[in-house]
Amino acid sequence: MNKFRIHIAKRDTMPVAAAWAIRIGAIVLALLLGSLLTLVLTGKNPLSVLLTIVQGAFGTERKIWTTLRDTSVLLMFGLAVAPAFKMRFWNIGAEGQVLMSGLGTAVVMFFLGGKINDGLLIILMLVAAIVCGMLWAFIPAVIKAKWNTNETLSTLMLNYIAAQIVSMFIAWAVPSGSMKMGIINQDTNAGWLPALFGNKHILIIIMALLITAFVFVYIKYGKGGYELTVVGESVKTARYVGIKVEWVIIRTMLISGAICGIIGFLQVAGVEHTISPNTAGGLGFTAVLVAWMAKLNPIVMIFTSMLIVVMSNGAGDVASSLGLNASFSDILTGIILFFLIGCEFFINYKICFSAKNDKISSDVTDSKESESSGGVEENEGGKQS
Amino acid sequence: MKKIERNNISYYEQRKNIGINEMSNQQIAVQMENITKTFGSVIANKNVDLEIRNGEILSLLGENGSGKTTLMNMLSGIYAPDEGRIFVNGEEVRIKSPRDAYELGIGMVHQHYKLIDVLTATENIILGLDGKLNIKEATAQIKEICDRYGFDVDPNQKVYDMSVSQKQTIEIVKMLYRKAQILILDEPTAVLTPQETDKLFDVLRNMRNDGKAIVIITHKMHEVESLSDRVAVLRSGELIGYLVTKETNATEMTNMMVGKSVSLNITRREPVDPKDRVIVSGINVVSEDGIQKLKDVSFTVRSGEILGIAGISGCGQKELLEAIAGLQPTQSGSIKFVNDDGSEEELLGMSPTQITEKGVKLSFVPEDRLGMGLVGNMDITDNIMLRSFRRGKAPIADRKFSRNLAGEIVDDLQVVTPNLQTPIRRLSGGNVQKVLVGREISTSPKVLMTAYAVRGLDINSSYAIYDQINLQKEKGCAVVYVGEDLDVLLELADRILVLCAGQVSGIVDGRTIDKNTLGMLMTKVGGEKSNE
Repeated sequence: MNKFRIHIAKRDTMPVAAAWAIRIGAIVLALLLGSLLTLVLTGKNPLSVLLTIVQGAFGTERKIWTTLRDTSVLLMFGLAVAPAFKMRFWNIGAEGQVLMSGLGTAVVMFFLGGKINDGLLIILMLVAAIVCGMLWAFIPAVIKAKWNTNETLSTLMLNYIAAQIVSMFIAWAVPSGSMKMGIINQDTNAGWLPALFGNKHILIIIMALLITAFVFVYIKYGKGGYELTVVGESVKTARYVGIKVEWVIIRTMLISGAICGIIGFLQVAGVEHTISPNTAGGLGFTAVLVAWMAKLNPIVMIFTSMLIVVMSNGAGDVASSLGLNASFSDILTGIILFFLIGCEFFINYKICFSAKNDKISSDVTDSKESESSGGVEENEGGKQS
Repeated sequence: MKKIERNNISYYEQRKNIGINEMSNQQIAVQMENITKTFGSVIANKNVDLEIRNGEILSLLGENGSGKTTLMNMLSGIYAPDEGRIFVNGEEVRIKSPRDAYELGIGMVHQHYKLIDVLTATENIILGLDGKLNIKEATAQIKEICDRYGFDVDPNQKVYDMSVSQKQTIEIVKMLYRKAQILILDEPTAVLTPQETDKLFDVLRNMRNDGKAIVIITHKMHEVESLSDRVAVLRSGELIGYLVTKETNATEMTNMMVGKSVSLNITRREPVDPKDRVIVSGINVVSEDGIQKLKDVSFTVRSGEILGIAGISGCGQKELLEAIAGLQPTQSGSIKFVNDDGSEEELLGMSPTQITEKGVKLSFVPEDRLGMGLVGNMDITDNIMLRSFRRGKAPIADRKFSRNLAGEIVDDLQVVTPNLQTPIRRLSGGNVQKVLVGREISTSPKVLMTAYAVRGLDINSSYAIYDQINLQKEKGCAVVYVGEDLDVLLELADRILVLCAGQVSGIVDGRTIDKNTLGMLMTKVGGEKSNE
């Protein structure tokens, strides 16, 4: 009788191709499990459910543009948090930073709309948005740099403060007490972003691609990106080579804040033309997922953000055309994410099954080759980490 | 499932002859058979057969990365072997956890002690044991063990009040209290003074005479010679063979370990035209917790000369070097850098960047290689770039320069690496250190400071590093070398500064001083004889 032993060992490195094969395999498995669940729970044809999701995201021209725009917005959120994450600064405050910049945009739009030249107005709105976003990122950065406070808490709490400030502004600006801002400058369209090439989504998509390129180059090739990577890996090393750690933390967060500023500006001036505490829509948290699933690689983030957007945009159609609850798409999304994140375990570790044999294999020694393990061994004992 | 699985086949019949058997009337305590362990693609141990006997001290000898610690970790339950079998006292066992090991009477004293600071010696010793908690009885038993082997331990002392050697003693007493018959020590002397080492060795000999099986992992040849009965040599994860200590010598052991013959001499040339380069006077450092780390330290480093710094670990070496490098805030004093033309720069209070901007070429190889000197997750090029990423005005870093420099360093210092894109943490300790030293000397420094530059390195790598340091000295660089191996310090350094508890207890000539005097100075505070 063979008894099996199982143990887990850390992998050295895996070829990139193999790692992606595992990830794709994980998605296939997730789809299979999702199909099974669909069959068992709803009795519908799983393929038709999947098709409906794809239809819901890409079915019509309008849907394609919406999906592209939503992907771009989510992508920008991810890009805003990625540099900070690379620095091991757990910024979950994109929500609040976008909200504050949206507020900045709305305030300028509300008070100066129609009073000054429209071009100047839009520039002022953008400046206000970026300043507000940077301010909201500067606060947690500076208290982290100076007093080493926990940035997870401070960025999270600043989200709530931002939401309350927006509510306060609305309560003050809308005397009717409806607590709804309404569309700003509905008659004049002052401060509304023009539709490029006759399409109001294109500007957002272009901005998202520009920011992707910027963040990619900044992190991978820039001096600043190099500095923040060193700070993230080891503050001691950074100080040893004379990197000003405090300044790097603040500078990186200012960049995050500026990107959030652009998002807030685009959302308020380009899409919603109003402000509410829900303007950021929780995307600041989804962005964490987008960034980490892509291993903080801006290019890969395009795909991770699209995956999430397709699943959630397709959910509506699953609900309406198949008569299923919209939550069903959430279940499928959950399964896919679970598999995607879970498969990283198999990329980093291997599971060894070894049969316990009762014979002593004395002939193994004969086939000994002089393995040239050279100098690429790890330090002894350093493998536990 | 039973923890210990019995096996009916007598392994004595099956065993192959694996070395010398003249003393086989001694009882075999542990028999490891055909042990293989891999980590990823790295083979840590390959088909190793090892025999540990009662009443014997076995030295496990091998270069870094040869798999000594991994092999012993499999005995102490930290790792499980991928293949192979382990017999303890003739029975096949499976050791799944440190607890299994302890139940089999196997105890290991690790390089990094596993004690809880806020507990007393007794509490640490009985921690994790079953049965009723009876501190009084335990204390009495611990006292008895200490008397028997001549340990100097106060069972009620808190661990945070203890010196390194006391902590080590606690680890050993812990194993004895748990009735360990097989004791493994991983580089036990790395942090001890010569006097403390002698004391430890006496205790180990006592234990051997008591019939216990002792395994000691060490790099230091003279310790192997003076302590052990038998030597097992590992190379690249494989057991090369056994030697009887009495019948061998350091050269033979080294050759067996390295696989080719190695010369064990360090050349020491007379300094050429030494001039004062760095003048340190009266610096005081108080740590954040208010502990005085350096007290009124003054000395001069000269060009073309190696100033060795000796001292028990943690008596201010780290703070001293970091103060000069601009990384450690100082309370008072002065650190003057003397230019070739005689003009002076005050370095105290300057940051590393300011020091570089002043044009002072100061290089520093810190003790903490992967935590401070290098970034483990970055590749060789990016690690070389740590010193040069500011080049140029463009916001894009000049990787080409660093890549070329990295290539040169890899070639010059014979760094073994698959390519420049390999994360540095995956290189062996010696190669990691070569990259660090290579980067630090690539700027042709005027001052080179190294802290424990060869700690944990195998013989080949160590000598490669000594050569580089000597080369800098010949180029007229002022070298500060903090070391722990006194034999090497005595061979390498022109002058030796001895630190004790943050104070200078002597500056002596490296050519004339002997090891014992040096050891005495290391335990004398400010030249005064201490109570210890």
